[in-house]
Amino acid sequence: MSDILQELEDRRANARAGGGEKRVQAQHAKGKLTARERIELLLDDDSFEEFDMFVTHRATDFGMAESKPAGDGVVTGWGTINGRKVYVFSQDFTVFGGSLSETHAQKICKIMDMAMQNGAPVIGLNDSGGARIQEGVASLAGYAEVFQRNVMASGVVPQISVIMGPCAGGAVYSPAMTDFIFMVQDSSYMFVTGPDVVKTVTNEVVTAEELGGASTHTKKSSVADGAFKDDVEALAEIRRLFDFLPLNNRDKAPVRPSFDDSERIEDSLDTLIPDNPNQPYDMKELILKIADEGDFYEIQADFAGNIITGFVRLEGQTVGVVANQPMVLAGVLDIDSSRKAARFVRFCDAFEIPILTLVDVPGFLPGTSQEYGGVIKHGAKLLFAYGEATVPKVTVITRKAYGGAYDVMSSKHLRGDFNYAWPTAQIAVMGAKGATEILYRSELGDPEKIAARTAEYEANFANPFRAAERGFIDEVIMPHSTRRRVCRAFSSLKTKSLSNPWKKHDNIPL
Amino acid sequence: MFKKILIANRGEIACRVIKTAQKMGIATVAVYSDADANALHVKMADEAVHIGPPPANQSYIVIDKIMDAIRQTGAEAVHPGYGFLSENPKFAEALEKEGVAFIGPPKGAIEAMGDKITSKKIAQDADVSTVPGYMGLIEDADEAVKISTEIGYPVMIKASAGGGGKGMRIAWNDEEAREGFQSSKNEAAASFGDDRIFIEKFVTQPRHIEIQVLADSHGNCIYLNERECSIQRRNQKVVEEAPSPFLDEETRQAMGKEACDLAKAVGYASAGTVEFIVDGDKNFYFLEMNTRLQVEHPVTELITGVDLVEQMIRVAAGEKLSIGQSDVGINGWAIENRLYAEDPYRGFLPSIGRLTRYRPPAEVAEEARAVRNDTGVYEGGEISMFYDPMIAKLCTWAPTRDAAIEEMRVALDTFEVEGIGHNIPFLAAVMDHPKFISGDMTTAFIAEEYPDGFEGVELPEETIAEIAQAAAAMQYVVDCRDLKITGQMRERRKDLHRSYAVNVGGASYVFDAVIEPNEYNYFLDDPKVAHPVELWSDGDPLEVNLAWRPGASIACLHEPNEIVPGESGAAEWQGAVKLTLKVDRQPRGFRIRHRGADLEVTVQSPRAAELYARMPEKTPPDTSKMLLCPMPGLIVKVDVEEGQEVQEGQALCTVEAMKMENILRAEKKGVIAKINAKAGDSLQVDEVIMEFE
Repeated sequence: MSDILQELEDRRANARAGGGEKRVQAQHAKGKLTARERIELLLDDDSFEEFDMFVTHRATDFGMAESKPAGDGVVTGWGTINGRKVYVFSQDFTVFGGSLSETHAQKICKIMDMAMQNGAPVIGLNDSGGARIQEGVASLAGYAEVFQRNVMASGVVPQISVIMGPCAGGAVYSPAMTDFIFMVQDSSYMFVTGPDVVKTVTNEVVTAEELGGASTHTKKSSVADGAFKDDVEALAEIRRLFDFLPLNNRDKAPVRPSFDDSERIEDSLDTLIPDNPNQPYDMKELILKIADEGDFYEIQADFAGNIITGFVRLEGQTVGVVANQPMVLAGVLDIDSSRKAARFVRFCDAFEIPILTLVDVPGFLPGTSQEYGGVIKHGAKLLFAYGEATVPKVTVITRKAYGGAYDVMSSKHLRGDFNYAWPTAQIAVMGAKGATEILYRSELGDPEKIAARTAEYEANFANPFRAAERGFIDEVIMPHSTRRRVCRAFSSLKTKSLSNPWKKHDNIPL
Repeated sequence: MFKKILIANRGEIACRVIKTAQKMGIATVAVYSDADANALHVKMADEAVHIGPPPANQSYIVIDKIMDAIRQTGAEAVHPGYGFLSENPKFAEALEKEGVAFIGPPKGAIEAMGDKITSKKIAQDADVSTVPGYMGLIEDADEAVKISTEIGYPVMIKASAGGGGKGMRIAWNDEEAREGFQSSKNEAAASFGDDRIFIEKFVTQPRHIEIQVLADSHGNCIYLNERECSIQRRNQKVVEEAPSPFLDEETRQAMGKEACDLAKAVGYASAGTVEFIVDGDKNFYFLEMNTRLQVEHPVTELITGVDLVEQMIRVAAGEKLSIGQSDVGINGWAIENRLYAEDPYRGFLPSIGRLTRYRPPAEVAEEARAVRNDTGVYEGGEISMFYDPMIAKLCTWAPTRDAAIEEMRVALDTFEVEGIGHNIPFLAAVMDHPKFISGDMTTAFIAEEYPDGFEGVELPEETIAEIAQAAAAMQYVVDCRDLKITGQMRERRKDLHRSYAVNVGGASYVFDAVIEPNEYNYFLDDPKVAHPVELWSDGDPLEVNLAWRPGASIACLHEPNEIVPGESGAAEWQGAVKLTLKVDRQPRGFRIRHRGADLEVTVQSPRAAELYARMPEKTPPDTSKMLLCPMPGLIVKVDVEEGQEVQEGQALCTVEAMKMENILRAEKKGVIAKINAKAGDSLQVDEVIMEFE
């Protein structure tokens, strides 16, 4: 009997050894942790239950029959993060370079199916050389099976990808369809075709880091939502993100008790808006002063800085924040910022996370590069996202809300629930100078007259009261009481019930 | 008494004067420039008059504008504060003409003391000791030697036109005097085109000690002891105290008498300060007299109990001094630290911007301790580039010097300033410096003790260990709270036993704890109330008495709480504060600031710490060969090209921030390797503008 029990232990030990001592050392030498070490750090102590530890591949070509490591290059299972359940797969680069085989894919599919059925998020720790070439089309089929599940799970359970090594070729499309992609600086990269192929096809010489490193994807392509210094920090921060997210689309986001007073007054916000309307200020200060404990989890911090997206908690409850950032490009809406915010708004709506929108927007960015790039359709994404969102929506206009951008930024007309404005708000078709130049074109030659007209326009329109008179602004609030007002508004919206007409799905301008 | 006074100043000193006026029942008028429309002094005053654009030479020091404000408001007297118009005889004259009282000395006294040479002469005539020296022209080296011998070595040989150490020599004997004269002369001729030389006594181990005098217009004059102001950085006072740890009663009386003699000699009537330089043998020499209220006057007020501003107002109203010399004593010890918006880690570069957080320690005045904070700013206010970068004057008082210093350390630990760079870490370092603690300092203290600037502080091992305990205890609170996140599986949690591997700047500690959701409740209500956290270190129990809750920016470690029997049953008394820490959450722990140290503290499981040790160390890029954008702003102009050789001080580019153009210059000679920004680019702070070879 003890022999039989011992065999289980032996087999487990064998599986846990992964690709063997040497390869583990090589992995460490690259500054990377092994698949199992990563799971250890990601999940609560002793909470991981592994599935399919003894699965092996079935390939025979190219001498594959001789080497059948248990687990087949991916560790899968479930566990908890701060007691909340989560399904995890972690690719093991020490086994066949983490390459994806038919059985490797089946293991991933199994936990994804369970995640969807049982309503818990999936976190994928990606570290794979790509398709297992020895398996040919069976490997490709495996990818597609995963892709299909990514699609089905989208909007059902949160899916988070952490790129912790190579992720190339078709493999990139699974993370691409998840809700969030995070990368590790210097040790991860993602691209559809690698530097060698690029060189052959286009003669372009580029390093893997330049082509698809963390910096590229967080700053240039916006494929990744964030990057972390190393594996340990990445996993700690994924835990932090996880605490903000609901388990599935039927559950509410978790509540973390906080005794940060929801009535907290921030007098300093009364001087946040500079006297000069063209002078920037840091919108992040407002976010941090509204949030419980000043705790803000920013998404896509390094891309399209003219809009800020991320999660905070108000009275312990998760709220998604979208805010124009006057410090970057005056907070203008453009292609990049519209896309970034639209995707964030849709994530929040899909998972019943209320949205707080902080508005200081001078309009859409003009120019050929924007028009040629299709700012019309990209801008429409954000408009569409806000318009279709049925979650509680609270909006605070701090300063400028000009033109179509006013409409876009969660206005009353897009079913905003509470639309507040600070006394410093200016809600108008455009700024005073531009407006008078159009309205009084004939007087352009006379700077004195124009100045008087501009002053007149400012007095009449550069305020929140025109909009408030029409009920487009529900209430003009004092900056110092913003946290109190916003908390109370969301609190009252906990029972909000709103649904869109039945449809197969919408047709957002992609 | 006046019914209404105008304060022709801004910032903390305007606020300071308003406070006393309010106490005396006098209405106040503030004046303000565009940059100060929302300033504290404007909010505090009963009335405020706008006097022009931000630059002082278009507002605060334009006499006509102040006079207009006086006429407009009917103020009967003007307090000028310090700086600006405070020592401007023309201003005193203009007021006199208008029949408005000047809360300061007579015009003649300002004039007499305003000129260095005249004031020295008057001082000599009044038998006030001055630095011995020869002011006339010196013909040749022989004459230089003769004069030097007369003065007595060591002497300083100085170029008349000199400055910045050029053309300056110290001679300890005839030979050095001869050589020094020649080389000074040559250098002066080359540098200034003026080879006139003079010689004076070189004061060794100089300390800057000044006497506060107070005189009325009835011929009475008293001195209110001294202030020691030796801790200066480039002639800017940083730390002051009263009394001086150096003077004895005899020297104090001698200095006080001479100061009063000088004040009387010029018909002084108001508060004034006579500055002396004092050498290692307690010889003192007159430097100059400041005919105004000094920045550092609070330390004198704290040890004498005299409100100097009140006295100035009373004297200006013609009252006789109500206190005599015998009423003035020395009660305890007071220290002042000047908080400047200067980043000590960046060579004390001025830092401007918005005070996103400004929480000074609470002001207290108790029997055995006092904390006073004179300031003109508030949270959400702006430190502008137009005026003095002083944020606040933090003063502490206690019966002894050691106790006053300790009060100051704690006050600095609790003083929160964010949004701009500031010198709190540096001040904290000075308060812990053995030379300062012993009182053995000279005006060269900062230059000698921090020759390469300020690079932070190394804390003693015991403090590091206590910080590690505090960090583990804070993580414990966080972990207890995490047990309360909703949506958890209803299973018996296996991971309630926690081990914390704490790393504080390379020193490692391990603590064990058992987390328990209801423990968190103790930390709810008041972040200032301490609650014991049970930790184990190597199997030994360890009680950490912590006052903190998640999100709080200050954590305090307390001595154990005591149970004290009282009338209505036993009460739990909170133990005294041991350690005050400024805390920010970080991905794997906390950033903790304490006593001038700025520490990355990681708190993680021992397993995570073990794995973290495998992570490659990532050194931040070397920025010494880069020009970084010092503030968020717009590049207006780039003055150089790639490959160009630049000289030290050459303009490299212009950054516009807050509508002001800042010219960035080469710190040293070099060649431009790469330029990353062009005109029109909007940059964040620390973005690389260009790189050097």
